[in-house]
Amino acid sequence: MKEILRVAALIVTVSVVLWFINSKLNASGGPSAKGTLTVYNWGEFIDPDLLKQFEKETGIKVIYETFDTNEGMMAKIEQGGTSYDITMPSEYMVEMMAEKDLLLPINHNKLSNFKNIDPYFLDLPFDPGNTYSIPYFWGTVGIAFNPTLLEGQTFESWDNLWDPSLKQAVILVDSARETIGMGLNSLDYSLNTTDLDQLRKATDKLKTLSPNVKAVIGDEVTQLMVNGEAAVSLTWSGQAADMMSENEDIDYIVPKEGSNLWFDNIVIPRTAKNIEGAYAFINFMLDAKMAAQNADYVGYSTPNLAALDFMDPEVTSDERFYPDEEARNHLEVYKNLGLEMLGHYNELFLEFKMDMK
Amino acid sequence: MNNKPLRPLYTLPYAAWIILFVIAPIALIVYYSFLDLVGNFTLDNYRNFFSSVYLKLTISSFWYAFLITAFALLFAYPTAYFLTKTKHKYLWLLLIIIPSWINLLLKTYAFIGLFGLYGPINAFLELTGLGKQQILFTDFSFVFVSVYIFIPFMILPIFNSLDKLNPTLIDASRDLGANSWTTFRRVIWPLTLNGVKSGIQVVFIPALSLFMITRLIAGNKVITLGTAIEQQFLVTQNWGMGSTIAVFLILFMFIIMLMTSGKERGASINGKVK
Repeated sequence: MKEILRVAALIVTVSVVLWFINSKLNASGGPSAKGTLTVYNWGEFIDPDLLKQFEKETGIKVIYETFDTNEGMMAKIEQGGTSYDITMPSEYMVEMMAEKDLLLPINHNKLSNFKNIDPYFLDLPFDPGNTYSIPYFWGTVGIAFNPTLLEGQTFESWDNLWDPSLKQAVILVDSARETIGMGLNSLDYSLNTTDLDQLRKATDKLKTLSPNVKAVIGDEVTQLMVNGEAAVSLTWSGQAADMMSENEDIDYIVPKEGSNLWFDNIVIPRTAKNIEGAYAFINFMLDAKMAAQNADYVGYSTPNLAALDFMDPEVTSDERFYPDEEARNHLEVYKNLGLEMLGHYNELFLEFKMDMK
Repeated sequence: MNNKPLRPLYTLPYAAWIILFVIAPIALIVYYSFLDLVGNFTLDNYRNFFSSVYLKLTISSFWYAFLITAFALLFAYPTAYFLTKTKHKYLWLLLIIIPSWINLLLKTYAFIGLFGLYGPINAFLELTGLGKQQILFTDFSFVFVSVYIFIPFMILPIFNSLDKLNPTLIDASRDLGANSWTTFRRVIWPLTLNGVKSGIQVVFIPALSLFMITRLIAGNKVITLGTAIEQQFLVTQNWGMGSTIAVFLILFMFIIMLMTSGKERGASINGKVK
């Protein structure tokens, strides 16, 4: 009896001491105290040299953490365990987080470099007036392909993917909105449709693509394309840029029916503690030279108009990654369709995957 | 220690453990399975589960789990049998068990390389004149990799029951005129059935809920209940539906446990099998 009580008392004491130390740490020297800035970003989505330069210029120490899905990121912000000062959700996630009251409004007057952003990318439906978010990078969804593995097949239209010569050659992305969206695009429907009839038609059309589908996977596709293991894949422009930098044969195209225009955005979540530091960081990243250096490193398209002057003209005139306005008019930004509709998209996607053999 | 009234106190940590980490999570899953997206009580999730998509999913999950278990058993039983006959049987057993200590994802990625168009297996096929084959993203690759991953768990219980088998029983069977096949069928197999059953348990149940492999090796051409749960929680954020699928998975597991356990004649004869 005494033994057990002693052990129990020991455990309780240790727990209390640890809890006390933990709360002390969080209150003073822990993350996001004065002088530190906790940045929560996608993997491989910033030039690390810029973080060092920011630390040197401002004296603020950056704590950098990464995430790999929007949903995972939101879950951590919602829990509120770590005081993130900056994070970078995609457009539909900005809308969702704003709805859940997880974001702080941004005061544009505090951002002297805000004027550098191309007005074309401002005031979009997912965040009217850019109340909560500043565009960080943007891109499209399209087809990456390796002509050396194909017999002259081209991809001006989404329908080209259905060509019988592509048997077992096409890799799709394991994400409902992109893959169902491709079906919608090929039928000239909106990517944000909530019309059940259109969605049914798009799914049925996708099912006829089954003989051409090699696999439905995630980021692994980059390696398969680079190795020449796969010839054609549905992918994001930034991922295509990664493939192209490692294998020169690969090309990227956005079919003429159009596709998705996506954004990753800088926001200040409610968990932020160093708000002044967050503003300093955003302004630093919006600086034309810094944004140019960052875009060079990351390889995605920057919405920073002033930065384009500091970049290689060969890159900025590349229609595949910086499509002109005419081409951009065919692109559509995702709207947050609500959880119920998202569930329906996913159920149709599951039906399509189940049907694949 | 001899203090009887204190006995219940010793069970306290275990009781707390069971309540916190077994009963409470299952109760939560059942609770969530009755909630819709906005948190209202509903039976829709259950109705939805019996729609064609999820029913098809369940059947195909069972089919692949069955295939994986059957092939694992087919290879594990003879392996375990010959292991008990070798000189350094525990060393061999260890060698078979060691790969199961390596991270599952790591092994899966290794198979992507092995099975690839430019991988060693295809290089070999080309050498033999068969030409390149698409191995990755097929039913074959999925079942193969799953069997590879689960086979140590099938070998271990079968090995244990074979190892404990009293060799004099086999001699007796031979003395009484039974040939090898009859000895196996009437003596060895019934006495090792418990090992086989626990092997089936530890393979079939996890095989129902496999998920990363379905994407990495089968390219989502095989979808299991596990994949569906992962999608419901992480992508669709419909915890209710995810929980409903989980409830059914738990039910299936329970049924399989019932089917593969129960009193066994062989155990009482042997006397030593636990």
